[in-house]
Amino acid sequence: MYELSNVTKTYEQGKRTVTALSDVTLSIPDGQMVAIQGPTGGGKSTLLQMLGALDRPTEGTIELGEANLSKLGDGKLGRIRAREISFVFQSFNLIPTLSAQDNVETALALLGVRSTLRKERAAAALASVGLGDRLGHLPTELSGRQRQRVAIARALVKEPTVLLADEPTGNLDEETRDEIMDLLEGLWQAQGLTLIVVTHDTAVARRARRRLLIKKGVLTEGA
Amino acid sequence: MFVTYLRRELAGRRKQTAIVAIGMALAIALVIIVNAVSSGVQLAQATVLGSVYGVGTDITVNLTPTAPAEGDAAGGPQKFDFGAADGTTADGTTSVSQARLSAGWGTFTFDQAALGTVSAVDNVSAAAATLSLNNTTFNGALPGSQTQGTPPAGGATPPDGGPDGAGGSSFNVDSFSVLGLDPADEAVGPLSAVTLTDGRSLTSTDAGANVTVLDSSYATTASLATGDTVSIAGTDFTVVGLVTAATADADTAANVYIPLDVAQTLSGLTGQISTVYVQAASSTDIAQVQADIEKALPAATVDTQADLASSVSGSLASASDLVKNLGLWLSLIVLAAAAFLIAILSTISGVTRRTREFGTLKAIGWSNGKIVRQVADESLVQGPLGGAAGIAIGLLGILVINLVAPTLTAGATSVAAAGPGAGFGAGGPGGAGPGFGGAAQAAATSDIVLSAPVTASVILLAVGLAVLGGLLAGVIGGWRASRLRPAEALRSIA
Ligand SMILES: Nc1ncnc2c1ncn2[C@@H]1O[C@H](COP(=O)(O)OP(=O)(O)O)[C@@H](O)[C@H]1O
Ligand SMILES: [Mg+2]
Repeated sequence: MYELSNVTKTYEQGKRTVTALSDVTLSIPDGQMVAIQGPTGGGKSTLLQMLGALDRPTEGTIELGEANLSKLGDGKLGRIRAREISFVFQSFNLIPTLSAQDNVETALALLGVRSTLRKERAAAALASVGLGDRLGHLPTELSGRQRQRVAIARALVKEPTVLLADEPTGNLDEETRDEIMDLLEGLWQAQGLTLIVVTHDTAVARRARRRLLIKKGVLTEGA
Repeated sequence: MFVTYLRRELAGRRKQTAIVAIGMALAIALVIIVNAVSSGVQLAQATVLGSVYGVGTDITVNLTPTAPAEGDAAGGPQKFDFGAADGTTADGTTSVSQARLSAGWGTFTFDQAALGTVSAVDNVSAAAATLSLNNTTFNGALPGSQTQGTPPAGGATPPDGGPDGAGGSSFNVDSFSVLGLDPADEAVGPLSAVTLTDGRSLTSTDAGANVTVLDSSYATTASLATGDTVSIAGTDFTVVGLVTAATADADTAANVYIPLDVAQTLSGLTGQISTVYVQAASSTDIAQVQADIEKALPAATVDTQADLASSVSGSLASASDLVKNLGLWLSLIVLAAAAFLIAILSTISGVTRRTREFGTLKAIGWSNGKIVRQVADESLVQGPLGGAAGIAIGLLGILVINLVAPTLTAGATSVAAAGPGAGFGAGGPGGAGPGFGGAAQAAATSDIVLSAPVTASVILLAVGLAVLGGLLAGVIGGWRASRLRPAEALRSIA
C-alpha cells in the first residue's frame, strides 16, 4: 500500500529550480496494476524514483506499508529495495560482463540466499520467462526481447511486493512489446504484486485498470 | 557471486584492465630500474673508493707533508753503503747483496701514538695503523778489490775483471712495496679491501712472526707461491697466502703484506706508522670524527670518504652526478606519478562509464559498501597485475642493462706512495727523490662495469607500490561509485 501526500520534488539546475513533481497526493493499494502516462519531461520517471525508494522527495511524505520512504536513510532504503521493490528499465540495464544466470543472481546476492539455492532460483526464474536454455549467455549474445526477459527474471526472482517498470517496452518493436507486456501482466496476476508501469504508449496503458496522467509535475487520475 | 562479478569484470573489460595494469606496470618498472641503476652506480663508486682506500674506511689520517727536516725518516734517497768486508769474493769478483727496507717515496711516518689518539676520539669504532715501506735489494758483482789493489809480484797478468769481462761491474736493483699492518685489525684498512685467493690471511697470532701475504700478481711475476720463502730486508719470510687487490693501482695495494711490528723493526722505524685508517661508528658521525681528529692531531691530513669521493672522476663521476641530479629524480617521479595517475584516472573513468551499471545494482538493493568493495577489489587485483607486469618489465630492463654492461671509467686521484717497482729508478743512489717535499700524484684509473643489482627490497618496494597504486585507484574509484545516485539507473540514455 502506497500513501503519497503532497509530494514535491525539485531539482537544482544551476540557478534554475526545476519542479519535477508538484504536490502529488496518491494512494495505491497492494496488488494493483497502474499505468503512468504523460509527455516526456512530465515527471514520470521522477515519480517512479519516489515510489521505488531511489530518492527522497523535497517535500511531502511517501509511505510503503509501515515504512516512511521520505524519512529513511540510504541504507534503510537500500534494504527495502533489496527485499520488496524490483525494477524493469527501458534499456534493460543488465550487467554487460555477467551471464544471464549471474545477472539474475545479483538480485539475490544481498539477501543472504545460499549459493546453491540462489543458482536454482535464478535458473527457475529464467525458465519461467522462457530462457531456460540461455543461462550462460552474455547480454550481448541475446536479442533485445531476450535481454528484457532476463531483466524481468532478475526483477521477479526475489519475489518482491512491488514491480516498477519505466518504459519497459520503449526499446522494443510492437510485436515484442505485446509479448513483454503479456509476460508482465501474467506475472502480476500470478504473484499478486503491485505493478506500476510508466509508458507513453496508450496500447500499453490500456492494459491497466488504473491510469494516471502526469504533466509538468502535476498528477491527475485518467479515465 | 561477488567473486564471479569481479572475475567477469576483469576478464570482460580487458582494455580497461590492461590500461590500468599498464599504467601501474610502467610506474613500477620505472621505479625498479632507476633504483637498481642508482644502486649500481653507488656500488661502482663504493667499489672504486673501496679499492683505492680500503673497504669500511671512513677516514684516513696521514701526515701533512712539510718541509723536510734534517734526518727525517721519510723515504729519501736510497743509499747503499758497502764496507770493505761486505760481500763474498769468488774468482776474484766480489758479490755484494744488500736489502734495505725503508719508507716509500712520498710517505711520511709519524709516531704510533697517533693511533691511540685517534682510537680515543668519540664515535671511532675501529682504527688501524699501517706502515708503507719499500724493500730495495741491491745485487752486484764488483771486480775483486784485493787483486786490483795489490798486484802480485812476479808480473802475473792482471785478472780479467768482473763477469762482464771488461773490468766493470754488474748491478741488479730490485724493489717492491711492503705494507706493514696490524694483523688483528680486519675490519678496517688495506687488507679489508683485498680478496684472499690462496692460503690464509694474516691473523692476530702472526704478530712478531716472519710471515707474509703476497699480492697475487706480484707473486706471479716473482714466481712465488704459498709456502715459499721471500727475503725482505735480508730476512726470510714464509709466504702464507696470496691476495688480489680490487684494482692493481689501489693506494692501499702493496706487493707484500707483513705484520706491522715486524715491519717497524726491520725498517728501523720503531714505533712509526704512515697511515691510520678510521671507521666511524655511523656515517652521521664522520664529520665530528674528522673534526676531532684534526683537533687532536693538528699536523695530520684527515680525509673522509666524501673528500675521497670528490676525487673520483671519469664517467662514473658523471653517472653518479646523474643519479644525484635532482632534476632527473624529479622527472622520474613525475613520470611514475603520471603512470599512477593514468591508472587512477582510468579507474575513475571506468566507474563513470559504469554509472548505469552501479546505479542498477544500487536500485536492486546492493549497498554502497558492496559496490565500493567491488570497485576497490577490481583495482586491488589490477594493481598487483600491473605490479607483476611492472616487475617483469623492470627485471627485463635491468637484465638488458646488465647484458649491455656499460663500462664506467673511474679515476681516483690520490696522494699515493710510489707504485710498486717504481721506486728505485726514479730516486737512485745519490739522486733526489722526486716525491720528497711534495707527495707524488698518482692517478689510479679503473674501469667499472655498471651492474644494476636486483635486491629483495627493490622487489618489495615494487610490490608495495603495486598494492598502494591499486589501493589508491580503488579508494578513489570506490569513492566515486559510492557517490552515484541509484536514480541514475533510470536515466534512459547513459
Ligand atoms: N537529476 C535531475 N537533475 C535535474 N533535473 C532533472 C533531474 N531528473 C529529472 N529532471 C527534470 O525533471 C523533469 C522531469 O523529468 P522526468 O521525471 O525524467 O520526466 P519523464 O520521465 O516524464 O520524461 C524534467 O524537466 C527533467 O529535466
Ligand atoms: Mg523518463
